[in-house]
Amino acid sequence: MNGQAFADGFPTLEVDLGVRPALLRLGGVLRIRHLPELETLGRGAAAQIAAGKPAEGIVLDMSQIHGLDTAGAWFVLSLARRLEAEGGAVRFAGLSAQWQGLLDTVEASLPGAPPQPGRPGFICWLEHIGEATSGAWRTCVEMSNLLGEIIVRCVGLVFNPLRLRWTALVHHMQAVGFDAVPIVSLMAFLIGVVLAFQGAVQLRQFGAEIFVVDLIAISILRELGILLTAIIVAGRSASAFTAAIGSMKMREEIDAMRTLGLDPVSVLIVPRVLALVIMLPILGFIADLAGLIGGALMSWITLGVSPEMFVARLWDDTDVWQFVIGMVKAPFFALTIALVGCYEGLKVEGNAESLGARTSRSVVEAIFLVIVLDAVFSIFFALVGK
Amino acid sequence: MTNVAGEMREAVVEVRGLSTRFGDHVVHDGLDLDVYRGEVLGVVGGSGTGKSVLLREIAGLMRPSAGTIRVFGTDVLDAPQEARRAVEQRWGVMFQDGALFSSLDVQQNVEAPMREQLPELARATREALARLKVVMVGLPENACEKFPSELSGGMRKRAGLARALALDPEIVFLDEPTAGLDPIGAAAFDTLIRKLTDALGLTVFLVTHDLDSLHAICDRIAVLAEKRVLVTGTMTDMLKVDHPWVREYFHGPRARAALAGG
Repeated sequence: MNGQAFADGFPTLEVDLGVRPALLRLGGVLRIRHLPELETLGRGAAAQIAAGKPAEGIVLDMSQIHGLDTAGAWFVLSLARRLEAEGGAVRFAGLSAQWQGLLDTVEASLPGAPPQPGRPGFICWLEHIGEATSGAWRTCVEMSNLLGEIIVRCVGLVFNPLRLRWTALVHHMQAVGFDAVPIVSLMAFLIGVVLAFQGAVQLRQFGAEIFVVDLIAISILRELGILLTAIIVAGRSASAFTAAIGSMKMREEIDAMRTLGLDPVSVLIVPRVLALVIMLPILGFIADLAGLIGGALMSWITLGVSPEMFVARLWDDTDVWQFVIGMVKAPFFALTIALVGCYEGLKVEGNAESLGARTSRSVVEAIFLVIVLDAVFSIFFALVGK
Repeated sequence: MTNVAGEMREAVVEVRGLSTRFGDHVVHDGLDLDVYRGEVLGVVGGSGTGKSVLLREIAGLMRPSAGTIRVFGTDVLDAPQEARRAVEQRWGVMFQDGALFSSLDVQQNVEAPMREQLPELARATREALARLKVVMVGLPENACEKFPSELSGGMRKRAGLARALALDPEIVFLDEPTAGLDPIGAAAFDTLIRKLTDALGLTVFLVTHDLDSLHAICDRIAVLAEKRVLVTGTMTDMLKVDHPWVREYFHGPRARAALAGG
């Protein structure tokens, strides 16, 4: 049948209502490439048949065709179906044995009616909301479970510190902490610069330039230093945790660990959580320092506040509690970030798409939860009067 | 080269003097191969003999270091863009694991080539043809709405075949279609390929390791060894070849089992 593969020969379809039974003569090449023309021809023929109402059925003469593929066979069969609806029984004539075989194969595979469109939009929407809600609840429960498991393992470690994977812990401390020092300190330095610059413009109007020190110290030490560090670490490390654990889950390494009697929570998750809980306060401290240096530098340049004056003002006016409040939040942020990263990693399924989806989810969730937690801390400290 | 095929037939793929090098590593050196219209050609060879590389070169995914490849008489390596595209529309490729687009469901996967190559096709027609292809490769109709990640390995391969057949190609390249399937699934896939080949008059270029496939569906076998096509011929011809690798391959315990089973 492929002998004249791309031989030209546009399809033709002649209708002869003068004879009995009515005759439809198909000719040319019936291939997928010609399907649009064929369909136009088919509609015309069906209209003629419908108008003529042939009494004794229809014969589809296919002796003139010299090319047929499955699309062509599908067209012939659906044309026959349509004609049967319009003008009675349809018979095929002039088919070679091979094309008969093709026609039979296609006929055997003809699907039924296309599926009905689903439920109306509103119900789908409700269903979607319901699913999302129950999914969010399930996530909360499962995350709490994981947190519980982590705490149990950590308590166990207090009694038996040798069971901790020290090598893994140090490795993760380097990856999440030490390697993040340049980006975190640069970011905090720039934030300090920006605060000083913006503050100077406003404060100069009141002749209150010296208060720029309070502005920088309070905002960096209490909020921005640790919050922005946590956001950067969430972007860096939550995604890294999810990707690492997720790809292990994908390749069934986690299942292999379980069969070997290794506990994935102790081996994979506890070192990551501990590393982040240890390193995030340190990173936060570095960010505080870098932010203050940036602020001091900019104050010196734009306002002429000398470094000595900046430091003196910092000692006199800024309560050490501002720094403590910032630092207290760090381990909680760290725990949240590590928990989300590891949890999403464990939820990865056996395909690459879910790995990508879970990784981006873990970053978004980690940042979101960090900010929520920060708001909760603000309320708490306002209530206790600090 | 011992060519045992006697009669003169139209060669749809002609590979001449093909050489492939990756740095110092020579994969093919002066390889010649013909694929005739309407046949199922099985390409076998040990690991690293460049079976898949050969397939990728013919399908235009890799460029050989030297040699010519003619498909339907067009030199695909040097042809202008237009002529190449015309040839590309006449072949279909099925990759090892189906290589379905993961963001599309099965129906959309099968529709993708039609959507791209034949934009004038009516939407309803395209959908009906896609469903026809899905059923034709032996998938249940409700598989149309499934995403590749929801399918088993065998179903993914079938869906990949449906997509390769979407534009009714004349030649289909199959890369290890039965690898990773259980024996029953592999046998069913063999039957499917044979049935479709006979019904649609396809030419099939089949890279495989599966002796059962070779025995069940291949009209001709080409053995890749010593950086070229060592020998081509039918299964019976292969049993007579006196070359250490060929003898070990076709006379090994697994080969005997396949022959006895067939």
